[in-house]
Amino acid sequence: MTVVAGPGPVRKTIQLTAFSPDAARALAGPAWLADRRVAAAEAFAASPKPDTSAEEWRYSLIDELDLDRYSPSSEFGDAPMPRLDVEPAAMVRCVNGHVVAVDIDAEVAAAGVHVGILSEHPAAAERLGAVSSEAGDYFTLLNDAFAEEPILVDIPDGVIVDRPIVITHHAAGEGSAAFPRLVVRVGENAQADILDQHTSNDTESILMCPVVELDVAPAGRLGYLKVQEQGAGTWQFGSVLARADRDATIKAATAAFGGAYARTRADTRLVGQGAHGDLMAVYFGEDTQTLDFRTYQDHVAPDTTSNLLYKGVLAGKARSIYTGLIRVRPEARGTNAYQTNRNLKLSDEAWAESVPNLEIENNDVRCSHASTVNPVDEDQRFYLESRGVPTGEAERLIVAGFLDEVLQAVPLPSAAPALRLAVAAKLTRQRQSETEASEES
Amino acid sequence: MSQLVIEGLRAAVGGQEILKGVNLVVGSGEVHAVMGPNGSGKSTLSHVIAGRPGYEVLGGSVRIDDTKLLGLPAWKRAEAGLFLAMQYPTEVPGVALSDLLGASARMVADPDEIREMMSEEAARIGFDEAFLDRPLNVDLSGGEKKRNETIQLGVLKPAFAILDELDSGLDVDALRMVSKRVEDATREDGLGVLAITHYSRLFEQLQPDTVHVFADGRIQETGGPDLATELEDTGYQRWMGEPAAKPASAVALADDPFADPFA
Repeated sequence: MTVVAGPGPVRKTIQLTAFSPDAARALAGPAWLADRRVAAAEAFAASPKPDTSAEEWRYSLIDELDLDRYSPSSEFGDAPMPRLDVEPAAMVRCVNGHVVAVDIDAEVAAAGVHVGILSEHPAAAERLGAVSSEAGDYFTLLNDAFAEEPILVDIPDGVIVDRPIVITHHAAGEGSAAFPRLVVRVGENAQADILDQHTSNDTESILMCPVVELDVAPAGRLGYLKVQEQGAGTWQFGSVLARADRDATIKAATAAFGGAYARTRADTRLVGQGAHGDLMAVYFGEDTQTLDFRTYQDHVAPDTTSNLLYKGVLAGKARSIYTGLIRVRPEARGTNAYQTNRNLKLSDEAWAESVPNLEIENNDVRCSHASTVNPVDEDQRFYLESRGVPTGEAERLIVAGFLDEVLQAVPLPSAAPALRLAVAAKLTRQRQSETEASEES
Repeated sequence: MSQLVIEGLRAAVGGQEILKGVNLVVGSGEVHAVMGPNGSGKSTLSHVIAGRPGYEVLGGSVRIDDTKLLGLPAWKRAEAGLFLAMQYPTEVPGVALSDLLGASARMVADPDEIREMMSEEAARIGFDEAFLDRPLNVDLSGGEKKRNETIQLGVLKPAFAILDELDSGLDVDALRMVSKRVEDATREDGLGVLAITHYSRLFEQLQPDTVHVFADGRIQETGGPDLATELEDTGYQRWMGEPAAKPASAVALADDPFADPFA
């Protein structure tokens, strides 16, 4: 494996007992996996913790992260069931990185589809890290070192799975650190849709560092939806790292609703001619939540297209950060790349930062980026109110309508109703807290 | 029998007084035309009555019977029976007409009933039902937006409707159906209408009882239906303090993209 250490000189080495190479060595698994973990743990131990002086971590809450407060946990909790309108083709449920249930439709399994523990697959060592090794950072290293049971979804060439594959990751236990790892490989001309649900106990202080690798072979088609509904005490440093080969299509969406601080880095590398990525997110922060997104659309090959749309709502004192980069490499002529981030602020104390960037090294391209941070449109609210819609209800309709552009485009339409319900629940809570506030004053 | 009573209404925008004392009483079933040149404050009148933010009320009152409107939020005014058909209906992405109507405090019907009422109203003005599922006013033409407003008027059944240039953007056939729909509402439901317009073409189907000439922030003259026809011939020149800097038609074109340049 390739281990990417953090940039810059090593200023000091902190040996965290909970995350030491010895601790990594103690985890169960085949020898190749144990060696890989130890190498990662050693690289991690030699890496300085990043801080906000680096551009990549500017605006983040990395300086407030104290890793010593957490340790890997084998505690169990109830893993919530996914909310889906259809019967899944397969489901894997994990708690604190341990697989607790694997269920796969016999017909799907007979087609050679693997959904389950990665190390049980013959090509396990080749699949793990296939995408992340070129996109590592401090927290992917930590995941490499401590992901106890990585999950693999492997769709053989030409196989089409027409019902969703569901993975649920739950974290539980005060001070738990969880390292969910999902590796997806879609073979040539194969197709699959994956719902990846991340939850955690609400009242406990938890760290989740999930890493997802999405690898789509030529002409493969992958739909991926990550639903992040972590508890109010959870910090997340997550990555979704995707690679699309020739004529492959990746449709990757994130719905981020939970967490105290939840950072998701989403890299999409279009490495084969004609590869296409539809990248979207819907997020809703409330109270003192901070939702942090960092996206990278990397156009490596010619005639590649990517279309990114991130839309979010901030209420209370919530904050969001969006930093996006479109990079067009010298060979990537004929690139079409778009990047849009729109934020709706429901309160004066909410805060959103949006930083789109372009780095273009070829002239034959079409790129654009746009970002907005706005309060609810007064004219829209007046229009609804002038029809007799009460103020709060008018706002609720406008916000739901604002997010609907993403919700109706997410992969796995069968998961969209649950997302709409999650948005509605957030809006109802907003109304309640506003009502309480006005009653107090 | 209800009354919309406007008394001594004065209002300003950005510190400048636009409405300079408006007095007007509209009774149930009556149609009052308010006609006047551009910039006279006609649209401001409609916005102030409906409660659009951004206007400062300097004095006077507006009430429907005993309900005083000016202190109420816009939705309470609508609940009290007021409806504003806007000159430029606002686009609201992602919100369907049925969601809007279902959330209105004036509606007690269930979603199926609302849908049925929408279909009936669409049929009455020859509006393709496919438009009913579009997000509100998004990608609708000027005329389609006006028909959408008329459908809402039909379903919400207000006591009083202010029509702010309902005729602009509508072609001849659509104008006939829309104005007939409003006329029917005055007879069937006793709707009282305050119709703001530049042109008398709205009044071929919708018969005004009273015509007011509105200029310089107040009603300058009130007369019968004949006044509308007279205005068409003579224009508003004699009510305007200063001669217009530009020809009236050029002003109309600049202010109203849907206006008929040959009218």
